[in-house]
Amino acid sequence: MMRLGYFPGCSLLGTAREYDESLRAISHKTGIELFEIPDWNCCGASAAHCINHDLSLALPARILALAEKEKLEEILVPCAACFNRLDVVRHELISDEKLRQRISGIIEMDFQGNIKVINIIEALSRIPSDGLKEQILKPFQYTVACYYGCLLVRPPKIVNFDRAEDPQIMDDVMKKIGADTIDWAYKVECCGAGFSVSRTDIVAKLSGKIIKDAVQRGAEAIIVACPMCHSNLDMRRSEIERLEGRKYSIPVLYITQAIGLALGISNKKLGLHRHIVPVKLPLKVKTVVEKEFVPTAKAEEE
Amino acid sequence: MSRIGVFICHCGENIGATVDCGKVAETCLNIPGVVHSEDYKYMCSDPGQNLIREAIREKNLTGVVVGACSPRMHEPTFRRACAETGLNPFLCEMANLREHCSWVHEKADVTTRKAIDLTRMLIEKVKRNQPLYPIKVPVTHTALVIGGGIGGIQASLDIANAGHKVILVERDPSIGGHMAQLSETFPTLDCSQCILTPRMVEVAQHPNITLYTYSELESISGFIGNFTVEIRKKARSIDEKLCTGCGICMQKCPVKKIPSEFNAGLGNRTAIYVPFPQAVPNIPVIDKSNCTYYIRGKCKACEKFCPADAIRFDQEDEIIEADVGAVVLATGFDVVGTGFFPEYGYGNYKDVITGLQYERLASASGPTLGVIKRPSDGEIPETVVFIACAGSRDAAKGIEYCSKICCMYTAKHAMLYKHKVHNGKAYIFYMDIRAGGKMYEEFVRRAVEEDHVNYIRGRVSRIYEENGKLIVKGADTLMGHKPVEIKADLVVLATAGVANKGAEELAQKLHVSYDPYYFFAEAHPKLRPVETNTAGIFLAGACQAPKDIPETVAQASGAGSKVAALFSQSELTREPVVAVVNRTAPPVFSTCVGCFLCQPACPYQAIEKEEIKTRDGKLIKVVAKINEGLCQGCGTCVALCRSKSIDLQGFTNEQMYAQIMAS
Repeated sequence: MMRLGYFPGCSLLGTAREYDESLRAISHKTGIELFEIPDWNCCGASAAHCINHDLSLALPARILALAEKEKLEEILVPCAACFNRLDVVRHELISDEKLRQRISGIIEMDFQGNIKVINIIEALSRIPSDGLKEQILKPFQYTVACYYGCLLVRPPKIVNFDRAEDPQIMDDVMKKIGADTIDWAYKVECCGAGFSVSRTDIVAKLSGKIIKDAVQRGAEAIIVACPMCHSNLDMRRSEIERLEGRKYSIPVLYITQAIGLALGISNKKLGLHRHIVPVKLPLKVKTVVEKEFVPTAKAEEE
Repeated sequence: MSRIGVFICHCGENIGATVDCGKVAETCLNIPGVVHSEDYKYMCSDPGQNLIREAIREKNLTGVVVGACSPRMHEPTFRRACAETGLNPFLCEMANLREHCSWVHEKADVTTRKAIDLTRMLIEKVKRNQPLYPIKVPVTHTALVIGGGIGGIQASLDIANAGHKVILVERDPSIGGHMAQLSETFPTLDCSQCILTPRMVEVAQHPNITLYTYSELESISGFIGNFTVEIRKKARSIDEKLCTGCGICMQKCPVKKIPSEFNAGLGNRTAIYVPFPQAVPNIPVIDKSNCTYYIRGKCKACEKFCPADAIRFDQEDEIIEADVGAVVLATGFDVVGTGFFPEYGYGNYKDVITGLQYERLASASGPTLGVIKRPSDGEIPETVVFIACAGSRDAAKGIEYCSKICCMYTAKHAMLYKHKVHNGKAYIFYMDIRAGGKMYEEFVRRAVEEDHVNYIRGRVSRIYEENGKLIVKGADTLMGHKPVEIKADLVVLATAGVANKGAEELAQKLHVSYDPYYFFAEAHPKLRPVETNTAGIFLAGACQAPKDIPETVAQASGAGSKVAALFSQSELTREPVVAVVNRTAPPVFSTCVGCFLCQPACPYQAIEKEEIKTRDGKLIKVVAKINEGLCQGCGTCVALCRSKSIDLQGFTNEQMYAQIMAS
């Protein structure tokens, strides 16, 4: 079992409830033990760091300090925005001792900087493929577009993602559960993010491009790991369709939901019914051809 | 008893307006040992020097201190003046009253007092100076030139034409380097091969030049004028004396699909090959990693068909030893590949190519015979996007410098495209256009005005393929950061120029310093641009920093003349400011205990072991010995020596302490 501190953040209690539900649903089978940080608070998200730098540091610092108090080594943050804030703050504080002391004073807790912040893909990529293989009841044999968005992979110096401009690790996880992933150029493009509320026209334009490219390249589902990306691609679908002048039926799934489906967990438990765009994956029977060990001439010689 | 003369210079107003020079001269006369002291407006002028010469003769001085400018400026002047009277020049020292005093302080009594202190310090030092004599070392009048590109070719020809022997070593099977790959050259658009190949032939035929291609430097030892080198001549698997270069072996070789290095991967070659038809020497090489015979033990098609019986599968590498007096490094550069760019598809798109690949497409000797065809399907591209600064000037990519040649060759590329595809559209994304050079700016203007190349100032954020087109997304920063999207058929990246493969290893072999990017470091960025910090090793071309052809040739000629100047003497004269290990009378011989901690500390590999033996050859002691040909007088060993057995001539511990104590 992988014991991880768990910081759901506000999205996973609200608009992205299905993210939380699906994560909890798959956690047991994937060997992840979630320990929710007691008395956690808002990470500050985009609001705090636009208004007050100290506040933007103090809010995540308190969450991290609480986790340290629980003697946790790692904290899993599924929301990409929360992940980004927590990891950036951790980085800022451990690289500036004076700042660390000042912020520790503000939050009235000593933040040590020992805790590591990990995102959902990182956690899932640690699951050994053999372990997962036995659990898979219905391989997720669809062609998917893995959409990373902006906050998971940037800034590259801090979050240390595999390849900032063309990340691969979500693709690798999806391949483990049987999916085909497309190579596309919109993996880390902007979905419109916070304009989801104030400027839906911009969101429609940016998210529209993402959906259009994914569909054009033959994706049957878009896989995300960020509540903001999900809401823009899913909730804003009608605006996108209006702008593009065409219908898009491609569903947008959290990576945890896709894994849940592969593990045979019910749609309800995974919260699929909560989506605006119905999750209707094409019916198809792909026969699983197990690659048998065919001894080669060389092996025979040996 | 010392008889010191002190000469204080006003340097016009430079010193005189701030320091009371008369008072300095007067005060110094009271210092024990000083028998003469005076000041003068311009001590470096002829009358000023005469004052020194006369005083030495009249008062029989044993040492001279000139209080004037920096010794870097006029120490040779004053030492020469002293030497003319017969005084050993190393008994003359300078106190720096200008840079260290008058230029950095206000006019005040305290400034004058500092000037007196500075002079007194040098007086105390000079009292302890010993006469020193220049060191003579013999010179081998043969130069080793490493790298057979245009830089190495030019340096070799210049040295050879000056009447000296040259050994030219080239790693690849042919000389010519990157210049042989180029299509046409800016700013004149003359054909690169047309101007290069005659020089290649000249090198091969020059009686003073010995050419070793497909060879590398194995090892080097020794010092300026006296290097010993070993050259590894890699086995070509061909008897060079018998081979006529007919090329039948290449026609018969069954392995035909190896990406050609000369064509930057755009064409194919066989396993037995000459890199290009104009290669010098025109003798093939068998690429052992791809040859069927070397892999599976059978084939030998080339051997069967060779009319001259020149194939030698059992040929082995040969080590050639040579004595050389100087080395010219001309190992050139490399460009980063398209795989360096994640945002441009990690090299996955066949029609995203490097500038060097485009040169091959545009070259009459290239895989398309000079017709611009895109690599994926051989179609003639209707829209081509050129991206300047691909990798260069980008701290995020770890290459912060400007690759310098790209602005010009990108303009040339676009121009060549427009000349060949009249209806085509050419776009260049750029950051700045750096077209400093004779006729360079005019050349770029020509691309814009006559050939209607579209210059867009902005960076490209991403390239991806869509419906057979390459979508190039960027911004036009001169149009209010307007996003630009171009559907291109071919994208050419002006990829950053980087140090050549193996540069670091070679630099360490030669003890030449290099910068963080593995470009070889010059001794002084302005005043000694063709020399390295290691005496006798010179630089030519892009191994020092990215350079275009004219600059490379200029530097190569510079390196060539430096070598010729070095070879104009039969012996080298060096300043005797070198470290020495003390020697004393038997039975001690030297206080050196032979720990040799100094050996790894020496940056110049100047410390050797010396065996002290009795007359009948019995070993008494091993002590350190400093090779005065190699020693650069840095003093590291002096500071490190545990038994204080090493001293730096002209800057001995005794002199230094006396100088400090006098302050």
